[in-house]
Amino acid sequence: MASIDTPAPPSHSNRPSAHSDSGDRNLLARLWYDKKTRGVLLQILTVALLLAFVSYITSNAIANLELLGKTFSFDFLSEPAHYDINQTLIEYSSKATHLRAGIVGMLNTLLIAVCGIILATILGFLLGVLRLSPNWLVSNMVYCYIEFVRNTPVLLQILLVHGLVVHVLPKPRDALEWANISDAVFFTNRGVFSPMPLPQDGFGWVTATFVLAVVGSIIFARWAKKRQDETGQHLPVFLISLGAVFGLPLLAYLLAGSPLGWDIPELKGFNFRGGFVIRPEFLALWIALSLYTAAFIAEIVRAGILAIDKGQWEASLAVGMSRSRTLNLVIIPQAMRVIVPPLTSQYLNLTKNSSLAIAIGYMDVVATVGGITLMQTGKEMETMIIVIGFYLSVSLFISSIMNWYNNRIKLVER
Amino acid sequence: MSDASTTESYAPGTHPDLPPPLLESGAIYWVRKNLLSSWTNIGLTIAGVYALWLIVPPFYDWAFADAVFTAADRSECQSLGDGACWAFIQERFTIFIYGFYPEAERWRTIVTFALLFVAIGPLLFDNFPHRGKAMLFSLSYPFIAAWLLLGGFGLTPVGTDEFGGMLLNLIVGITGITFSLPIGIVLALGRASQLPAVRIICISFIEFIRGVPLITLLFLASTMLSYFLPPGTSFDLLMRVLIMVTLFASGYLAEVVRGGLQAIPRGQYEAADSMGLKYWQSMRLIVLPQALKISIPGIVNTFIGLFKDTTLVIIIGLFDMLGMGRSSLADAKWAGLSSEVYISIAVFFFLFCFAMSRYSLYLERKLETGHRI
Amino acid sequence: MKRILLGAIGALAMGATAASAGTLADVKARGSLVCIVNSGFVGFASTDKDGKWQGYDVDYCKATAAAVLGDPSKVKYKPATGKTRFTILNSGEGDVLWRNTTWTFVRDVDVKLAFQGVNYYDGQGFMVNKKLGVKSAKDLDGASVCIQTGTTTELNLADYFRVNKIKYEPVPTENNEESRRNILAGRCDVYTTDASGLAATRATFKDPENWVILPEIISKEPLGPVTRHGDDNWSDIIRWVKNAILAAEELGITQANVEAMAAKAGNNPEINRLLGTEGDLGGMLGLDKRWAVNAIKAVGNFGEIFERNIGTKTPVGLERGLNALWTDGGLQYTPPFR
Repeated sequence: MASIDTPAPPSHSNRPSAHSDSGDRNLLARLWYDKKTRGVLLQILTVALLLAFVSYITSNAIANLELLGKTFSFDFLSEPAHYDINQTLIEYSSKATHLRAGIVGMLNTLLIAVCGIILATILGFLLGVLRLSPNWLVSNMVYCYIEFVRNTPVLLQILLVHGLVVHVLPKPRDALEWANISDAVFFTNRGVFSPMPLPQDGFGWVTATFVLAVVGSIIFARWAKKRQDETGQHLPVFLISLGAVFGLPLLAYLLAGSPLGWDIPELKGFNFRGGFVIRPEFLALWIALSLYTAAFIAEIVRAGILAIDKGQWEASLAVGMSRSRTLNLVIIPQAMRVIVPPLTSQYLNLTKNSSLAIAIGYMDVVATVGGITLMQTGKEMETMIIVIGFYLSVSLFISSIMNWYNNRIKLVER
Repeated sequence: MSDASTTESYAPGTHPDLPPPLLESGAIYWVRKNLLSSWTNIGLTIAGVYALWLIVPPFYDWAFADAVFTAADRSECQSLGDGACWAFIQERFTIFIYGFYPEAERWRTIVTFALLFVAIGPLLFDNFPHRGKAMLFSLSYPFIAAWLLLGGFGLTPVGTDEFGGMLLNLIVGITGITFSLPIGIVLALGRASQLPAVRIICISFIEFIRGVPLITLLFLASTMLSYFLPPGTSFDLLMRVLIMVTLFASGYLAEVVRGGLQAIPRGQYEAADSMGLKYWQSMRLIVLPQALKISIPGIVNTFIGLFKDTTLVIIIGLFDMLGMGRSSLADAKWAGLSSEVYISIAVFFFLFCFAMSRYSLYLERKLETGHRI
Repeated sequence: MKRILLGAIGALAMGATAASAGTLADVKARGSLVCIVNSGFVGFASTDKDGKWQGYDVDYCKATAAAVLGDPSKVKYKPATGKTRFTILNSGEGDVLWRNTTWTFVRDVDVKLAFQGVNYYDGQGFMVNKKLGVKSAKDLDGASVCIQTGTTTELNLADYFRVNKIKYEPVPTENNEESRRNILAGRCDVYTTDASGLAATRATFKDPENWVILPEIISKEPLGPVTRHGDDNWSDIIRWVKNAILAAEELGITQANVEAMAAKAGNNPEINRLLGTEGDLGGMLGLDKRWAVNAIKAVGNFGEIFERNIGTKTPVGLERGLNALWTDGGLQYTPPFR
């Protein structure tokens, strides 16, 4: 604004005068005043500074390691870890290597991230839509929820939920009286125990049918879309696919003579044995992270829906579509373009926040490699490099998937 | 008047407005429109009322009706009422606020924060009296605050290991916010730079910071940073945390500012170039004022996030408010009061962050008028 | 950006403490000792209502400060979890680690720590609620076990249960306090840590009489002070402060009589040497002549420290056991002051 008159003088004396002076100035000054060379010089300077900085800290690190008599090597990864982990997705015992312990931790991080992203997305979309509901009461309740969750630290929420899970749910021996569903699913503060399916002979047929049904549904959906484009006829693709994906395997299951046994948890000694267990640490972290992220996603969804022109609503309602159909077919597909970029960063945040697992004793990558392994071997530098490298690759992976998705829905625009 | 036989005639357009029909106004209408407009709506209302009924009365009983506000220990609390035991919070209140800060010196923290409000006044409000001079004070505030808190030059020195409680949250949060802003702007400009080396370095730095959880950076600060210093030197843990938190916040701020930079139409850059402005001139006078204005809500949101994240310092062994709360749970006299502690800390953070988010909304609305493309 | 960073780091490095002259010189220049202690462990290191540190390990910190600086109050306590303690020590943030730390081969040799002897002989045990009716650790099949992560107990536990073919669910936590909360909430059936730690934790329960410590002691846990590799003078100081406290009990020197005994040389040459009335042992360490007198005056001898913080008359209620003097059938034995 005020800038318009101040810079006026230099604009006059720009090119010609610089040229006329050039004879008097030395080479360096001339180079400096040339935009291109200056750019190159600046970059060389920047890179040189950076390299100097890096070599400075590297030499310091080498000197420090030498002083402490430590070496830099990843050999410790092949040594036995000697510690036990309570939630392992792959086979693991205390005789396994540190590397395997690290992989167990990484898988646990990925598990919490994937489960959290799914639940947070569902909850977030639900809350976002409810926030825009014409119902005053519900909309304001959701508003209070969102504001409270967004404005308190997530670590606090994790601790609070963990405290509730451990203190409110009964101990295994009391779980027989309450907190059980038909003596098969038990809620205890040692975890949620539910029956685990055990496939038996002939179950392969059911799996095969399921795969076939999924493939068939995809082909069917493509065909139906093409048909709709050509003839305008609309087929209930979703319902038919749903029926095929769940109904056909069920049919196969019955025909094959129910080839599925159930491992039902039983109270033996201190704990329930058998069945499928969700540990309380996982449960608390999962609930807390999902609730927290859902509040942010709800706001993103709300903003995305509000960003769609009112005319879209009006046009769609005028054509005679119902409110929910308008939302599903007109508004949300368009809103997705606004929603996806910030949604990506929420997914990344959730993944990164899962590192707070350490506060409640969930054995993620920070707790295994960056925690116990670091402690037992004293390899700070190496373990931190592994942890950081892992998070960076996960972040890159999520961003690239979301970028791909974003580009795909962008094409719909024009 | 009320006689029906009297008729009055009006010229077209001069008839006074009649009151709306009974069902289209007032409380009943509001209820019908907002709560009962359709079957789904009625269902939602019923579900909402039911949920409220499930949550609010028990919580009220626990937190207020049956709560105990003064007691000497947990068992006395339990004998007085079966609700929350706020007496514990009351006893520990000062330690939650000040941490281990020496009692005789606590006035200094209060002065520091009183001055903080004076210092941020001119930054937040355009119509602050003597804004120019007040700005100078704002700029020198970090040094004054450091002097007041750490002591020296006539004040009793206080070690950073005695900082704790809410004091620590505020110090980490405010320092991070203040110093990350300039770094974040430089990074954002670097990312938009036409010099490939500068751009690549800035992008890698930003993506690195954003791709890694804050607690691993804090671990770095606590375990590895001293490896990168000349042998034999080390500096204060709090200082290292402050550096890491600042770098962390600057990575996020850079992205916010980049959004602002991208929202400036090309014409502005071109106009500045055609005026013959040098790079820094055009940035300082044309681009940044507009870009920063657009990104203010985003900046405030980053600050809120940062402030909440200050609680993570407990993972590397600093005792912030949450850390104080957790360690006070170890007291056998008051065992088992985690909900009370966590909820009061949550309320504290809520008040701070909610106020900040309201301010950001206010700014958003204020800035909505112009500069939208 | 990098220039800002470099500038900042340069500026900070200037304000940073240079430790190259040795820890003793640093401590003297600073005027205070930075002592790494447990972040909350009743009897060994914990804070009272006013935030003052107290406990067995804390008394050793005070003794060290008294010996080095002549004033037991010149200590800054740096609370550390099992996981952060060694990095705090190695990064130079703390001068000495008095935090119930087990002396093991790997820590001594591979993690590059310098252990300075044993001030408490301990062993890992198990604690369960009486209601469970468990009589032996061998009955714990299928139990959930609370442990502190990053400690030797975690490794001992894995070894012991694997050798005895007992299945269990580890429930790791960061510190004693969280384990305590977990076992009280019933998240785990049994808590395992050093026997002293079990007793200390039990002392904070509302119903200590309902908890039993099982007879099995599954490991040797010699706990002692730790310093950084490579500063031999400082290591000597720490080792001999510990020895002086122990020697005081062997020689009958107490907090109450130390001044009187140090006033003039007596008949026992070892007492004289220890208290500086004969020769100059303190000078050899680079300390004041009265170093041991100051330490003993500040906190008393080994027995007094023990009884005051964790002895049978305290809520922790530990017997001397292995920690009795060698003359009483225990393991506590100091090399001669000569």
